[in-house]
Amino acid sequence: MDDLVQITLLSLGVSGIATAISLLIGLPLGTVLALSVFRSRGLVLSVVNTGMALPPVVAGLAIALMLWRSGPLGDLNLIYTPTAIVIAEVVIATPVILGLAAAGIGQLDPRLQLQLQGLGASRLQTVWWLWREARLSLVAALMAGFGSVISEVGAAMMVGGNISGQTRVLTTAIVLDVGRGEFGTAIELGGILLALAFLVNGVLTWAQQSGQRR
Amino acid sequence: MDSDADVRPKPLLPSAGQLTPPNAEAHPLTQPVLEARDLLVVRGGRHVLDIERFAVAAHETVAVVGPNGAGKSTLLLALTLLVRPQRGSLFLHGQVVTPRLALDLRRRIGLVLAAPMLLDTSVRQNVASGLRFRGIRGRQAGIRVDEWLDRLGILALRDRHARELSSGEAQRVSLARAFVLDPELLLLDEPFASVDVAARAQLIDDTERLLRETSRACVFVTHDLDEAGRLGTRMAVIVNGRLRQDDVPQRVLSAPSDAEVAAFVGVQTRLPGRVESVHDGLAVVDVGGRRIEALSTLSPGRQVMCCLRPEDVTLRVSDRFSPAPPVTSARNHLIGNIVKVVGKGPFVQVTVDCGQMLVADVTKMSATEMGLREGESVEATFKATAVHLIALPL
Repeated sequence: MDDLVQITLLSLGVSGIATAISLLIGLPLGTVLALSVFRSRGLVLSVVNTGMALPPVVAGLAIALMLWRSGPLGDLNLIYTPTAIVIAEVVIATPVILGLAAAGIGQLDPRLQLQLQGLGASRLQTVWWLWREARLSLVAALMAGFGSVISEVGAAMMVGGNISGQTRVLTTAIVLDVGRGEFGTAIELGGILLALAFLVNGVLTWAQQSGQRR
Repeated sequence: MDSDADVRPKPLLPSAGQLTPPNAEAHPLTQPVLEARDLLVVRGGRHVLDIERFAVAAHETVAVVGPNGAGKSTLLLALTLLVRPQRGSLFLHGQVVTPRLALDLRRRIGLVLAAPMLLDTSVRQNVASGLRFRGIRGRQAGIRVDEWLDRLGILALRDRHARELSSGEAQRVSLARAFVLDPELLLLDEPFASVDVAARAQLIDDTERLLRETSRACVFVTHDLDEAGRLGTRMAVIVNGRLRQDDVPQRVLSAPSDAEVAAFVGVQTRLPGRVESVHDGLAVVDVGGRRIEALSTLSPGRQVMCCLRPEDVTLRVSDRFSPAPPVTSARNHLIGNIVKVVGKGPFVQVTVDCGQMLVADVTKMSATEMGLREGESVEATFKATAVHLIALPL
């Protein structure tokens, strides 16, 4: 039972931290992408969109190669640690949040930016109010980002190693249990995973809706 | 309200290039609040705006008019550096505004766009937004917000959400949001265009009153000449990105500077001719063999265009039994056949073929009384003073 609690908390913690870091990277970059006009904008957009469809195993493979003992970052001794899973999940979630944030902000009327600036908003004030206007899309981007990592298994397996008590998360535990034929435990873990996803998205949806009513 | 000093931001950088507040001693009253010189905006390789000088003085309301796509809104955005001109300089109270000082400039003006562009929050929060950008919050901000909601007649709506407003109410919020800043200059881009017709007249009345009460310098863009004539103390006509005429509204309407301005301001009769003679400021112009008298100082031989507003032409059914009208030297009489009769609001617009096409506005009632219809022969009369001559390029 303790095992179950530990696995669940690790899943939640790793995905939560990874989503938060992805938000910190993806939101500013997505904002810049949505608001600025530059020549290679189309290229950057297609790279981001490709990133949104990046297969987690490929992300996992890339991070595994980097962190492998003989790899370029091998000296950091991060392979098979929760930190390694966080890094891989950041790589997976950042393009999702970046792309959806850029789309959400890009959907705002461009005249809104002019109006805010025309009322004397500084650059930061303008961005803050644009985020506020796009908050429904931004919360949706956050949910999509979290969803992409909480349910991910390939990368977590590859860079985390599914070590019991250390890097075993819900998804990798399910894979292991199914491999062993222990369907009862697998179903139990699956139920927890679903409940977790429902809970987190429920909270975010509630925040989104109440923000809209206000 | 003595809150000028509060609206202005604390100096961002106490550098020598900082825009300083206006100072009556240092700046004579004649100095414009905002002046643009040698302004060029290029978009897609096209010169969308190319203006030598445009200025607005204190207490002045400049109506910027022109056809759609002429560059009116671009001018407004260029004046706030929201559109970066390729060339040109801006002066606020005589001081150069560099792009680095753009925020400083914008915090001294108030901008209202054609669409209200309200934020997704309450009416009060919307009106307070510009104050918040300037660091003014709390009670002081609340008092000012309520005052302006009241002056625009929307105090009762203050806790409503911006989404729940009609077009007229929304634009009132947008106006309040600009007025509450107590700006040195108001810039309004088609402020009544988004408002439904029923609410528009009242909103124009209120805006006119507020501009007068606050005696705020204002530049407002419109394509509606009635609005421009009512609110504007000056009218600037922009056609194809160029400032063609900048004068008091009455002169722009009656004495347009060129054929395109004439067409835009509703001068429908534009007859090409040649000045035959000029005596004591009264010119005789040969228009396709007919003589028209007009007030002018142009020299004989000059090719001109005779401009005539439709409301200055009177029609009379030519009837050989009725006595000839009294002939005065300064009156023009042309006989012709009606070729077109079109209803236009309370008027009927009649086109008469007098060798050249002449357009006259006649009230519906007199059109019926006179039995004006196509094919009928009529006499068109207009004063020499109603004719405006535009000298054509030599």
